[in-house]
Amino acid sequence: MTPSSDHARGTSPTLDVAAYARSLDCVHCGLCLPTCPTWQVTTLETESPRGRVYLMRALAEGRVADANAIRPFLDHCLDCRACETACPSGVRYGELLESTRAAIERAAPRRGLAAWLVRTLLWHVVARQGRLRAAFAGLRAAELLGLRWLATRTRLLPAAMAALAPRVPPGRERRPLPTGLHQPPAGVARRGVRVALFTGCVMEPLFGRVHRATLQVLLANGFEVLVPAAQRCCGALLVHSGRPDRARELARANVAAFAEADIVVDNAAGCGCAMAEYGHLLGDAAGAAFARKRRDICTFLAQAGLSAEPAECRAKAAYDDPCHLCHGQGIRREPRELLARVPGLEIVPHARPEECCGSAGIYNLLQPDLAAAIGRRKADSLVAAGVDLVLTGNPGCMLQIDSHLRRIGHQRPVRHPIELLVPAR
Amino acid sequence: MQALERDLCRLLGAQRVVYEPDALLAWECDGFTVHRSRPRAVVLPDSTAEVQAIVRLLHAADVPFVPRGAGTCLSGGPTAAATTVVIDLSRMRRVLRIAVEDLFAVVQPGVVNLDLTAAVRHLGLHYAPDPSSQSVCTIGGNLAENSGGPHCFKYGMTQDHVLSALVVLPDGELARLGCEAGSRPPHALDLPALFCGSEGTFAIATEITVRLCRDQESVRTLLFAFASMSAACRTVSDVVAAGLVPAALEILDQATIRAVEASVYRAGYPPEAAAVLLVELDGPDFVTAEEAAEVRACGERHAALRIEEAVEPQERARLWKGRKGAFGAMGRLATDLYVLDGVVPRTRLEEALERIAAIGRRHGVVPNNVFHAGDGNLHPNISFDGRCPDQTARTIAAGHEILQLCVDLGGSITGEHGVGSEKLDHIGMMFSPADLDVMARVRAVFDPDGRCNPGKALPSRAGCAEVAKWPQMVARVLGVEDGA
Ligand SMILES: Cc1cc2nc3c(=O)[nH]c(=O)nc-3n(C[C@H](O)[C@H](O)[C@H](O)COP(=O)(O)OP(=O)(O)OC[C@H]3O[C@@H](n4cnc5c(N)ncnc54)[C@H](O)[C@@H]3O)c2cc1C
Ligand code: SF4
Ligand code: SF4
Repeated sequence: MTPSSDHARGTSPTLDVAAYARSLDCVHCGLCLPTCPTWQVTTLETESPRGRVYLMRALAEGRVADANAIRPFLDHCLDCRACETACPSGVRYGELLESTRAAIERAAPRRGLAAWLVRTLLWHVVARQGRLRAAFAGLRAAELLGLRWLATRTRLLPAAMAALAPRVPPGRERRPLPTGLHQPPAGVARRGVRVALFTGCVMEPLFGRVHRATLQVLLANGFEVLVPAAQRCCGALLVHSGRPDRARELARANVAAFAEADIVVDNAAGCGCAMAEYGHLLGDAAGAAFARKRRDICTFLAQAGLSAEPAECRAKAAYDDPCHLCHGQGIRREPRELLARVPGLEIVPHARPEECCGSAGIYNLLQPDLAAAIGRRKADSLVAAGVDLVLTGNPGCMLQIDSHLRRIGHQRPVRHPIELLVPAR
Repeated sequence: MQALERDLCRLLGAQRVVYEPDALLAWECDGFTVHRSRPRAVVLPDSTAEVQAIVRLLHAADVPFVPRGAGTCLSGGPTAAATTVVIDLSRMRRVLRIAVEDLFAVVQPGVVNLDLTAAVRHLGLHYAPDPSSQSVCTIGGNLAENSGGPHCFKYGMTQDHVLSALVVLPDGELARLGCEAGSRPPHALDLPALFCGSEGTFAIATEITVRLCRDQESVRTLLFAFASMSAACRTVSDVVAAGLVPAALEILDQATIRAVEASVYRAGYPPEAAAVLLVELDGPDFVTAEEAAEVRACGERHAALRIEEAVEPQERARLWKGRKGAFGAMGRLATDLYVLDGVVPRTRLEEALERIAAIGRRHGVVPNNVFHAGDGNLHPNISFDGRCPDQTARTIAAGHEILQLCVDLGGSITGEHGVGSEKLDHIGMMFSPADLDVMARVRAVFDPDGRCNPGKALPSRAGCAEVAKWPQMVARVLGVEDGA
């Protein structure tokens, strides 16, 4: 069958052909709707995967009069990919969304103070670990001086955002992991395997304890651990904001920084997912090779097997699947298997383990209303399960779940699964 | 913004009125993507009172409207012409009442079919009609389409489960159809049954009372894989001839099996099989065990390649998963999918399938089949590229002949997906002008001005102008009109 001339005429130059072809995989069956958090809280077709794919396809066909009119609907998307998990037709929604966002951003770069601030922060601060550390030190100082309270009182910082903005932990908890090679302690049987640890951007200043736990668990289980000094932020947030060009710079730096390593381990689902797509992002063999050698920490440990018994933890806990693990990488079983090894720990199910919590990178800062409604659903579901501990493997999710549990007056400790695998001394 | 849009915004708040042309693109079609049209506006009411207020405004302005649930219809039912306002009921999704002892529930129309079952599961109850779209389609849409599903062979269609409905008539008045508690009083017309299958052309249902069924003590799901389609069909005939009434009897053909197995709905169906038959039995445990043995014997008689039996809910769900994702999985084969829906007498299934394949060959398209074998309700699916006018035309032409075949064999042009805009051309195959006129008059009792989902279900007098526009609309979408 030769395609008729309409095909070509319909395709707008702003969207690449591959992305357009992906939009055609959708047969409009609607099976993805119930899994989409933004559809659940708005019930608008424009806020559903089916509707978004349809709009992106219309854009590519040149049927959208003003791309800016549909931009908010794409901005509202969490990129959580629950829709991919539900889609029988195999629509690669994430790739389609990223290409479309980038195409719109190229055609009509975002203006305005907020957009400028986001771009500047992402590129000049978050993507540069030294500046990020300094920024957190500054924030901590400001908090200690009561400036946060002042900013909230004077409405400089909107109350909704203030409640969500993380509290910065004290300096000792933010200190970076020593770079270089770490050897298992004396007396631990060595596996003869060296893994390189990816440390990312915000995990360190917000949850430095997770990095230390990761290192400890790997060493206690007999692995040599390399922490390369030259590594950088994974670039996920830049890809999501329509700047794959800048993300590529970071990706190349990481490919180089980990050139020596055979196995790269990461403990943040979002970063892992982004790095799994380096092949697609860089479009070269080096990117693809990097993607092949990286592993999520839980998957790596579940495959390798734990040799060190985790310390006892008497608690009734829920494991919540980060989107970028379950939908992004198809990892559901491994963290649960590892947690089953923790003595005393009881894992109970809750109603929405695979529904996005609304954190989604910096989504909760850009779309506070939607993020709040979505976060609320997650918190309610966890509280209804009657748990006294929540486990999830992504820093953004840890923050979001913590703040929404607080908001409804049910504060619970929120931990990364790796923290529970640390052996007793 | 025009006066009407302004009034709607005043009524509902700007958040619940969509009138921006680019945003409205998202509401252009349902699951039947051949017919597309951008509505004038979309509104999302929260309550019966709001639906009434909206409909009154539209009545005063003489503007037509279309009720919409989840938009999963496969016949263009909720697709709205450019002058028409869509009343989207998906925000109205509360279960209002559960009468455990009396076995019924009162729900808003936007309640998702499977959510109703989830809400009563802990009581050992469920809502029986289970379209394959049940995780997303709404009770309101089910009522309007008189939807069926695998389990309707034993338990009946939506019609057999609706006790009563509160509806907003096209002038904004409220009417109660039927009686909430139990069956129809002997002196009354069975209006809820009349409303079932009205495809949104009578009124908008805003509260629906449905029957709940008790869960059975034991449920067994059997999977049979066969080397030929005819072996699968004959097994079904034998099962029914043996006097068994399984809860479900479903068949998937090889192309469907392979598409499903390549998708996230993979269920472990053997890809080398020419057909897979799913049989579900429910009842007291000793009965299902006995029946399962009988059904197995039927399958063995027709040389089943593989037989699996599942009792545990998780295992049963796995066997069903592939069937539920079958339509969507067919989307992997081409950019568009035409899901046909026709009925033939069960005894003529084999013959029908052979002739359908021949029709496909004649038009250069491949109809793949997944169907409710117990009811003889066929779903030939044709994958095609909607951007190519020639392929689309051949697909539609093959569809037309297949439906004619169903009628010729003594069946019907639709088993459960409705007429919508898709089958306006086919309805004359089954009904004489006089038959159609009776239906049009019944419809006019509810909607005398023809403003409630005009141009659907019936080539009615009021709808004629709209109907005439469809082919032009299709042509425009396909880009034929501007002579590219
Ligand atoms: C993957 C898939 C599988 C399917 N499987 C089946 C199946 O097994 N069996 C089956 O029967 N169908 C099936 N369908 C078709 C479809 O799901 C049903 O017709 C369903 O009932 C439509 O419900 P909806 O909420 O999506 O309604 P919509 O598609 O939104 O609307 C359908 C019709 O109902 C009218 N309507 C909606 N709500 C109301 C209301 N409150 N009052 C009055 N009119 C209203 C609309 O105007 C429209 O004409 C399937 C569809 C898909 C995509
Ligand atoms: S990625 Fe998540 S938020 Fe976006 S459309 Fe898919 S399910 Fe919805
Ligand atoms: S599930 Fe897939 S094919 Fe179906 S509407 Fe959603 S994206 Fe489209």
